[in-house]
Amino acid sequence: MSSRGRVGMVCLIVAEASLFAVFVVAYLFYLGKSLTGPFPSDVLSVPVLGTVCLLSSSVTVAVGARALARGGVGRCGAWLLVTVLLGAVFLAGTAAEWSRLIMREGLTVSTNLFGTTYYALVGLHASHVVVGLVMLALITVFAWSRALRPVHAERVELVSWYWHFVDGVWVVVLTVVYVIGR
Amino acid sequence: MSVLVPPIETPEAAAAGAGWPARLHEWVVTVDHKRLGVMYVVAGLAFFLIAGIEASVMRWQLAAAGKTTVSPEVFNRLFTMHGTTMVFLVGIPIVFGFANYLVPLMVGARDLAFPRLNAFGFWAFLFGGLLLYFSFLGGDGLYGAGSAPSVGWFAYAPLTARAFSPGNSTDYWNLSILVMGFGTVATAINLITTTLTMRCRGMTLGRMPLYVWMMLVVSGMTVMALPPLSAAQVMLLLDRFLGAHFFDTQAGGSAIMWQHFFWFFGHPEVYILMVPGFAFVSEIIPVFSRKVIFGYPMVVAASLAIGFLSMTVWAHHMFAVGMGSPLNAAFAASTMLIAVPTGIKIFNWVATMYGGRIRFATPMLFACAFLFQFLCAGLTGVMLAVVPFNWQVTDSYFVVAHFHYVLVGGLVFTIFGAIYYWFPKVTGRLLSERLGRWHFWLFVVGFNVTFLPMHWLGMIGMPRRIYTYPADRGWDFWNLVVSLGVLFQAAAVLVFVVNVVIALRRGARAGDDPWDAWTLEWATTSPPPPYNFETVPVVGSRRPLWDLKYPADPDGPHE
Repeated sequence: MSSRGRVGMVCLIVAEASLFAVFVVAYLFYLGKSLTGPFPSDVLSVPVLGTVCLLSSSVTVAVGARALARGGVGRCGAWLLVTVLLGAVFLAGTAAEWSRLIMREGLTVSTNLFGTTYYALVGLHASHVVVGLVMLALITVFAWSRALRPVHAERVELVSWYWHFVDGVWVVVLTVVYVIGR
Repeated sequence: MSVLVPPIETPEAAAAGAGWPARLHEWVVTVDHKRLGVMYVVAGLAFFLIAGIEASVMRWQLAAAGKTTVSPEVFNRLFTMHGTTMVFLVGIPIVFGFANYLVPLMVGARDLAFPRLNAFGFWAFLFGGLLLYFSFLGGDGLYGAGSAPSVGWFAYAPLTARAFSPGNSTDYWNLSILVMGFGTVATAINLITTTLTMRCRGMTLGRMPLYVWMMLVVSGMTVMALPPLSAAQVMLLLDRFLGAHFFDTQAGGSAIMWQHFFWFFGHPEVYILMVPGFAFVSEIIPVFSRKVIFGYPMVVAASLAIGFLSMTVWAHHMFAVGMGSPLNAAFAASTMLIAVPTGIKIFNWVATMYGGRIRFATPMLFACAFLFQFLCAGLTGVMLAVVPFNWQVTDSYFVVAHFHYVLVGGLVFTIFGAIYYWFPKVTGRLLSERLGRWHFWLFVVGFNVTFLPMHWLGMIGMPRRIYTYPADRGWDFWNLVVSLGVLFQAAAVLVFVVNVVIALRRGARAGDDPWDAWTLEWATTSPPPPYNFETVPVVGSRRPLWDLKYPADPDGPHE
């Protein structure tokens, strides 16, 4: 039988996917229903750098988890540090976009339906990125302090599963918000 | 069998000498699935009494035309709190409390997969419940308006918008259910993981007790259907606190979307509550018929089918909002379809009883009443799936009658049956059969006197959620009958409480296996030790305890 942690994490991911699905449906349903501007096509541009960073962080986290399974605590820590940095770049991109939208374009959650659904969906995803970054940063610190040992390989792998899920959700968000929605 | 004797000293025994603070501390910090299960059920029953009192006040108000016992505002709060309490604070905790207690015992495990997550789930539920009831005190908020929530248990938009529900009462509804939702999802994840990874040796999926199978389905439904409610509630929070426009029709938002989101949770929720009822009777009926369940694989398949189909029927709650014929037809069809696996199960239970040596002990009495009453509920359900008929009786007492036949005639009856069945295991004491019969007959009479006439009331046009009615509509007589039924139900619940109190003080010793049952929870002592089983059992069939007790005629070769 498979381990408790794996089954539990898969269940959590299913529940989270169900949560995101509702926000995605809401975004698609309310597309083009805003009564006033600004509209997505006026203010959104595809966040290329953030996307590249986030998607490549899926590779680095996988390499890190595999390194730990083979006993390389230091290498695991290094790869996870890279992952954290890549995720931080993504978050910084989101922060910059939000600050531009709020300060320059005057788009807030209460401006129109676009603002409502955009901040809800992108914000929900960003909050998941934050949770993932906290977990990954903790593991990095543990690796650096040598509290992390190869017996923890499965737990790190489970965190990497969560991170892959967050990445997968971003692909959906990117498609819905920046491709279809524009 | 060494499985049957646990000689090791238990924490209960160790704490017995210490005063009540020490014992209370033990219960508060416990991560034991059995104690958490007991706390879930006890808390659920306490809320059941509160919800019953709320319902009784409503029935007093409606007993005759033009009464003024409560004001319209209070009446709105009463039906909102009654519905919310019964679904989220009675149904869910009792259902998951039983699963907490029974699933590890039935699969031969020593605890759930994540004991601390389990404790989190319980305390999230209890905190949410207390938060909801705190609204009676704190709901005024900063605006000095409102008290307990009064938006109905499904809290339709745009009534929940700031403009129409000022104050914080609606936020209490929103936040408390959100908190409870997280706890329930955590518990569901725990149950799935336990079932999939911690079964004892020999217990293949095909040998799991039907109770465990059905709770697996229920947990799967919970994991998929509850997060959408949480999502919708987050949207409502954004609407109410940050001025977002999800359900704000004046800014292009859609009130209908709330209905879709809510019922996408709300209909699976009905099955999340009902399938555990099916699970209880699937354990009780075979034991008291002295036969194995008829068509085990079919019952499992039907449960999976119900779990799947329940995700596809939600908009049958919305026939009256004008979705258009294609959608109406699709949801009518899927709703009728779900009657098929449900009907299959009823045939399975009846076929199990057919030719059996039936013992009408109290759990079996409740199971039999369930069969009749749930059948009625299913038939009115099919009637309501017919769109033109639905339009005639939508939002009337016919609907109220239907879902009380489902959730009281179906679920509450099976919960009482389950309490009579498993009480000896949990406490080591038997409930009195004599008082049990009084409880049963008073409750059957009270239930049917209360809810059967509601069908007629709905047919002759009485809308639900009205706080009073004029005398010239011809509704007086049946409303009085309905309200009189409440007296019988209250008396039944009182008998039940007395029965429990007496049994706890001086009930007959139950022994390990008072019903001569077959599943693993009866293989250990009553109550079970904290570690459940001294040696983890090995299972060779669907009725492991039968094999132990009757080694000359094991089940394995017949399966």
